[in-house]
Amino acid sequence: MANIMIRRNEAGGLVFYLPKRDLEASIESIEFDADDKWGGELKLDNGGSYYIDPIARPPRLPISLRARRLGAAED
Amino acid sequence: MAVLTRDETEALIAEVLEVYPDKAKKDRTKHLAVNDHDVEQSKKCITSNRKSLPGVMTIRGCAYAGSKGVVWGPIKDMIHISHGPVGCGQYSRAGRRNYYVGTTGVDTFGTMNFTSDFQEKDIVFGGDKKLAKLIEEIETLFPLHKGISVQSECPIGLIGDDIEAVSKKASAAIDKPVVPVRCEGFRGVSQSLGHHIANDAIRDWVLDKRDGQEYESTPYDVAIIGDYNIGGDAWASRILLEEMGLRVVAQWSGDGTIAEMMNTPKVKLNLLHCYRSMNYISRHMEEKYGIPYMEYNFFGPTKIIESCRKIAAFFDDTIKEKTEAMIARYQPMMDEIIAKYRPRLEGKKVMLYVGGLRPRHVIGAYEDLGMEVIGTGYEFGHNDDYDRTIKEVGDATLLYDDVTGFELEEFVKRLKPDMVGSGIKEKYIFQKMGIPLRQMHSWDYSGPYHGYDGFAIFARDMDIALANPVWDNMVPPWKKAAVPDELQKVA
Ligand code: SF4
Repeated sequence: MANIMIRRNEAGGLVFYLPKRDLEASIESIEFDADDKWGGELKLDNGGSYYIDPIARPPRLPISLRARRLGAAED
Repeated sequence: MAVLTRDETEALIAEVLEVYPDKAKKDRTKHLAVNDHDVEQSKKCITSNRKSLPGVMTIRGCAYAGSKGVVWGPIKDMIHISHGPVGCGQYSRAGRRNYYVGTTGVDTFGTMNFTSDFQEKDIVFGGDKKLAKLIEEIETLFPLHKGISVQSECPIGLIGDDIEAVSKKASAAIDKPVVPVRCEGFRGVSQSLGHHIANDAIRDWVLDKRDGQEYESTPYDVAIIGDYNIGGDAWASRILLEEMGLRVVAQWSGDGTIAEMMNTPKVKLNLLHCYRSMNYISRHMEEKYGIPYMEYNFFGPTKIIESCRKIAAFFDDTIKEKTEAMIARYQPMMDEIIAKYRPRLEGKKVMLYVGGLRPRHVIGAYEDLGMEVIGTGYEFGHNDDYDRTIKEVGDATLLYDDVTGFELEEFVKRLKPDMVGSGIKEKYIFQKMGIPLRQMHSWDYSGPYHGYDGFAIFARDMDIALANPVWDNMVPPWKKAAVPDELQKVA
């Protein structure tokens, strides 16, 4: 599990940030994106994917969350 | 357009890599690339922020340099102790030219070097007592200082001194912030991690100290983040923001104070110039205080205008009007500069190799003068830096990450730029090769280069470098063959 941060970029897309490794990537898809369920698997544009426990849609971004790394795609 | 085609550039990279042993070659291949606008993500073509190869010349600094030299050092009313042996602090003392206003040694301390000057016995028995004593002495000798930071050098981490405990105790005793910063040089692969560590220390020890306190804010409060006032850069930027009608509450950290930093969580917008060194704290403020941040670029009129409009768009019509008025007011000055220098500089080719923001930020300024950047790269950039760079330079431009001395020299020999804009160590190599070099770290003891005022100086400096008559008397090696003997002697 790692601490990550999700924010919105100027274009309105979601950006993933992993402070520990200074890794910044765009989020290409998010598994759940409803008001009461937001999160699940995140697919990053660098080929990596992470899992965050679904929460209700966050009222305000950026938000810091715990995430689990799926696969070992990105480096 | 690049001087070489894509294929030629690729061939050049392959040729330069040929001299390395297989393992080194494999590693270096990942750090060299030909720019491709079709690539959305830099990591697909270039690898960055990795350990330098042992044995090759690299011009990176250490985490201590990132924290003390860049982020903390310029906070002028604090005393920054280089905790450890004397060298790390002394050799970097005052080299970055972070200008400030104040009386040095009384209420400002930017150019002074404070160090615990470790000796053998401190390494053996630990230096905690020495640090405590040093802080006491500082308090007696410099009572007007507003706080202390303890910048740990390599040995501190190795012998495991508890600088946190000492700082905490000392802080209570002198009733001022004493901040331990764990920025030992061996952490990370370059100064870049030092920035991160320094930002985190500010976050934990400084930023929230005035939370909840009363503060008279205006709707136009902004902070300049990531401008170190090299040669007066932040001043040249601040003037413009103020002319736009904004109120600059804090400068991080050139000519900045700890009080300004504590007030920053009250601003409406953080303006981020050097992304690499201060995105961390901007992210934190965005999350904790809901302050958005915006990147901007104040090198050269084109980027200045673009950035000012982008900043103004965040505010109301009064700001937008003032911004347009400001742009109009400076336009004649810019036209004059460009009219004067562009004919002299038009078509000249530049290769860059600098630290955190300039490999992409200064490109616009060169282009304003009709010059062209044919190669660029970072000493310690990360993939997000390259993501931003891909869009700034032309297709097929050569990109090099943490370039080695050998590679840079070979690239320069082949691409034959009219000028190299780079760091301190390379300067004399390229000058001996007969190529003008502008040192783009501390502006070759000139500056500022930010803002409209800075552009005037930038244009003049580039012209001075290129028009220097000395180049007529020096012959680059590749032209040597064609030169008669007498001239060779002069060279
Ligand atoms: S690497 Fe260590 S010893 Fe060298 S300058 Fe940096 S802090 Fe000092």
